[in-house]
Amino acid sequence: MSTATTATPVIQARGLVKRYGHVTAIDGADFDLLPGEVLAVIGDNGAGKSSLIKALTGAVTPDEGEIRLNGEVIRFNGPQDARAHGIETVYQDLAVAASMDIASNMFLGRELLRPGPLGSVLRMVDKKRMREEAAAHMADLKIGLRSLTQPVETLSGGQRQAVAVARAVAWARSVVVMDEPTAALGVKESGQVLDLIRRVRDKGLPVILISHNMPHVFEIADRIHVHRMGRREALIKPSDYSMSEVVAIMTGALTVDGDGGGTVVADEAAAKAAGVRPN
Amino acid sequence: MTTSTVPYGNLTGPSRLRRLATAPIAGPLAALVLACAFFSLMTDQFLSGGNFSLIIQQVMVVGALAVGQTLIILTAGIDLSCGAVMAFGSIMIAKMAAEGTVPPLVAVALGLAVCAGFGLLNGLLVKLIPLPPFIVTLGMLNVAFALTHIYSNEQTVSDLPRALTFLGETFPLGDTDVTYGSLLALGLFGLFAYLLSSTSWGRHVYALGNSPEAARLNGIRTGRLTIGLYAIAGLVYGVAALLLISRTGVGDPQAGQTDNLDSITAVVLGGTSLFGGRGSVLGSLIGALIVGVFRNGLQLMGVASIYQTLITGVLVILAVTVDQISRKRIR
Repeated sequence: MSTATTATPVIQARGLVKRYGHVTAIDGADFDLLPGEVLAVIGDNGAGKSSLIKALTGAVTPDEGEIRLNGEVIRFNGPQDARAHGIETVYQDLAVAASMDIASNMFLGRELLRPGPLGSVLRMVDKKRMREEAAAHMADLKIGLRSLTQPVETLSGGQRQAVAVARAVAWARSVVVMDEPTAALGVKESGQVLDLIRRVRDKGLPVILISHNMPHVFEIADRIHVHRMGRREALIKPSDYSMSEVVAIMTGALTVDGDGGGTVVADEAAAKAAGVRPN
Repeated sequence: MTTSTVPYGNLTGPSRLRRLATAPIAGPLAALVLACAFFSLMTDQFLSGGNFSLIIQQVMVVGALAVGQTLIILTAGIDLSCGAVMAFGSIMIAKMAAEGTVPPLVAVALGLAVCAGFGLLNGLLVKLIPLPPFIVTLGMLNVAFALTHIYSNEQTVSDLPRALTFLGETFPLGDTDVTYGSLLALGLFGLFAYLLSSTSWGRHVYALGNSPEAARLNGIRTGRLTIGLYAIAGLVYGVAALLLISRTGVGDPQAGQTDNLDSITAVVLGGTSLFGGRGSVLGSLIGALIVGVFRNGLQLMGVASIYQTLITGVLVILAVTVDQISRKRIR
């Protein structure tokens, strides 16, 4: 496993542990996210991916270990605290209000108020400015939608995903976390969402992508964090490994050798069954 | 995300006229206008300022309850206790003021506070235990009903000070006499229409009704919001109690027994969805007026009141059917 740390990681975690009674959900996990990269986090069901992500986004407080944000040790006091530090999450169910329009959803919980006493006394929201800023954010990510006054429920699955991503990007200063963004989408819409993730990265915002879809991971990720049994099994570049090798690492058939770049067989039978050999 | 060449983010959206035609209150509004047109043709007395003033007086109590009921239904809840809470508030205000234990305005303030307290208790039980709103408010309905009868000794309270009957007095508007209470009820609708449509609080209410989880994930404090909504609804029922006193001129322990269902009728007829997240208090005003216009018009046509109830029932079922079908078309 190579750890070429020329740049300060945006998020770095060392030795995270989270126990629930007898169950250890996070078992000494490390994590590194570099500036401007798309980092895919993959792992089998029950490997502890979501516990790790929850720890990084403030939804879970780890029992042990430390998290650094841009080099500074930090302890998140709940998801709102992580959001205040510029970590935005696109949840799998998108967390949008279906009957509300796109602009309202983009500013949900963070509405802009009218200037002057209309805002400060009457608490009147500034609908026009929210629409304008929402439009600017959508244009920035090259998301074309007919009207920002459409209720979100009238949009297609891919369009809703785009709205949720645009909202996260609009507010994120450090990182955007996306939980299975293509899981509910067809081929064409998945491709559009992958393009969108690239544009987010090209803006300089790093992306943590949780996904089960290997072709998507290999298409978009700069590095892959393979999670297994509560800890990081490997941190690799997709160009160095084949898809079946990565799956084998995920299931424990192969392990990455000391220098990275190669693999060693950890489980002879499993490796044979998976049709992978050490290179 | 379409990769169309359409410019990003059309800021204005569909034209004003188109938006009105597709607005959720378009249906109820059309129903109200058609009903008015129908009764204008059927009877000579219907279309007059005096008759409309009467209709508003007849619907203002249920209308005010419907304002609070709308807040609860927007969160996908329901409030069965509103009429009973109002009755308790009205008896308490009337009795304290009539017996002179406290000045009338203090009695009003205490009554409003107690109604808000009932609402707060509803909200705490719904959110903190948590319990289904239907069950909580069904229980509270019985509690408030019993307290009303215990506190009043089943006696109607009369000889109220003018401060309590003032809302029943009228002022001339053109050649029509309008009660101050009607004005207060309309003001209540205006206030909550503004709060719901134009403030961040209102947006949070709709978000909560759409999806409590989405609201929470976007940083909205859903617990505080829910409990606050029930308390505010209780306060609104207190205002309805004032209107009730001014309308009857007495404190009546038997009042308001079916008003909970009538307020739900008004809300549903106004196009607010029982599944939460969509609807408006203006819709509920229209819904209350639809019921009022039908009852008044049928009365003028000489139709017996039991048929008025029958028609109201049919209207409610029709309204919920329309709501269901339109939801299916969206999905």
